Amino acid sequence: MKIKQISIFLENRKGRLYDVCALLGKNDINIRALNVAETEAFGILRIVVNKPDAAVKALKDAGIVAKITDVVAIEVDDRPGGLTDILKVLADEDVNIEYMYGFVEKSSDRALMVFRFDDVDKAVNILKKHSIKIVTEQGVREL
Amino acid sequence: MEIRYWNKEIETADREKLRQIQLQRLKSIIASALKTPFYSRRLPSVGIHSPDDIKSLDDLRKIPFTTKDDLRQNYPKGLLSVDTSEVVRIHTSSGTTGVPTVIYLSAKDLDAATDIMARSIYATGTDKTDILQNMMSYGLFTGGLCMHYGAERVGLMVIPAAGGNTKRQIQLMKDFRTTVLHITPSYLLHVHSKLAEYSVAVSDLALKKAFVGAEPHSENTRRKIEDLFDIDAYNSYGLSEMNGPGVAFECVYKTDLHLWEDAYIVEIINPKTGELVPDGKEGEVILTNLIRHAMPLMRYRTRDLAFLHKESCPCKRTHRRLSRILGRTDDMLIINGVNIFPSQIEEVIMKIPEVGTNYQICVEKQGALDRLIVKVELYSKIFMGEAKQIDNLKAKIADELKASITLKPAVELHEPGVLPVFEGKAVRVVDSRPKL
Ligand SMILES: [Zn+2]
Repeated sequence: MKIKQISIFLENRKGRLYDVCALLGKNDINIRALNVAETEAFGILRIVVNKPDAAVKALKDAGIVAKITDVVAIEVDDRPGGLTDILKVLADEDVNIEYMYGFVEKSSDRALMVFRFDDVDKAVNILKKHSIKIVTEQGVREL
Repeated sequence: MEIRYWNKEIETADREKLRQIQLQRLKSIIASALKTPFYSRRLPSVGIHSPDDIKSLDDLRKIPFTTKDDLRQNYPKGLLSVDTSEVVRIHTSSGTTGVPTVIYLSAKDLDAATDIMARSIYATGTDKTDILQNMMSYGLFTGGLCMHYGAERVGLMVIPAAGGNTKRQIQLMKDFRTTVLHITPSYLLHVHSKLAEYSVAVSDLALKKAFVGAEPHSENTRRKIEDLFDIDAYNSYGLSEMNGPGVAFECVYKTDLHLWEDAYIVEIINPKTGELVPDGKEGEVILTNLIRHAMPLMRYRTRDLAFLHKESCPCKRTHRRLSRILGRTDDMLIINGVNIFPSQIEEVIMKIPEVGTNYQICVEKQGALDRLIVKVELYSKIFMGEAKQIDNLKAKIADELKASITLKPAVELHEPGVLPVFEGKAVRVVDSRPKL
């Protein structure tokens, strides 16, 4: 139920984000979700793509520092309070969210969000228990 | 101009008399040196078995140079001539690697060093009515404590402020009516830039003089300091290996620094050939300490470039004047008065597994102060995907560098392959500070 996210270490240099996106495009890799955590000196680019293993290979071949981490993609009802309901479940069950961000495209009337938990397995079990819909690796590929 | 001497007889002794003192003291130093593991091997190898083998000052030239590398290889006690029970103080300075250079002083050595320091202070016209704020770092560095002792001997009121905390420094200057500062030129300029922030005007202070040293600076910098604070700034020269800041000091005429030749024998050499160069010609400063017996040091290669003036000084002191320091013969960096060798930084970086072996050392001016930036490349295999890990790593590198070089650099982490790859060592250093 986990999906692969790629974290990329990028120094704050002009055009660096473009370089990475162009490289992925050239390798026929589609970015499904994207987030940049920035500090003054560097950024961590986080992406979910349709072909994570191919993406990591292309990045590493280009000398880019990249690391696969496990995240969970959750379908959120696209209505007021849709996200709040999920956050409440997680808070009640004492699951710690490190960060979260949205997918680029929507799946029908549901929004897709990426969650990074400090304990991914525990989070998945709790989400399942509460019948919250998790998007699989296969699902991400087919988006 | 009124000229005051701490020790008129010695300070104005004719050159022949000075040479006699040097010869007699050199013989005495040789006797102590022969008690050290290092010199007891080295001196007999050049035919010196006892002080009597030194017949004239020319015989000094038989003794091979002693280098920082010799000191490193003989660390910590290879140049110690007495039992440590006879030692009352040690000081250290930066080595080219993690091994520092150490000096030892007996009670008598410390007394002699203090007297020379007092002589230097007095030569600037400073006396017991003055109040000295000593803004050099105390501790292992000689600049703080050795000046402190000399100033106390002259009878000044000493404020041992040490470096840093500019707000408190300015407060101390105001509250205690400080008249003299001992400080690096860059920090003094920085202090000026902060006065307005604390709503203090130069006229609110009682400053008359500053002893500036520990880093090379130009005549223009001195003038700027004098104009900004309306004071006289006196250049000082010294190094830990020679007991610190009192080796040479400017007199009231401020035309370069009288090198106290009863306490030190100075030679200026061509650093490539080792041959003496005539007065007036630039070369490397070689010093023999004549007043320290616990740890003798003869013909020490300071790596500082300077020249000796030929002309005498109107103050009538016969001790020759050394020019400002014009450069170095090695790659040592002086950053806010702290001596740092690029090899020390390299040694630390090579021990950190999270970064690659390529690095760059950048030094720049930020306002009046120097800023050291150490750039390293992230080793890709260790990246766990989190920003926190990067921040922690930067902090760890900065802390480990501080432990070795005593000042905390800014650390930049780069992607692998970004920093230029160099064959040599010198080009890893980019010093963009304006040239003197
Ligand atoms: Zn003079």
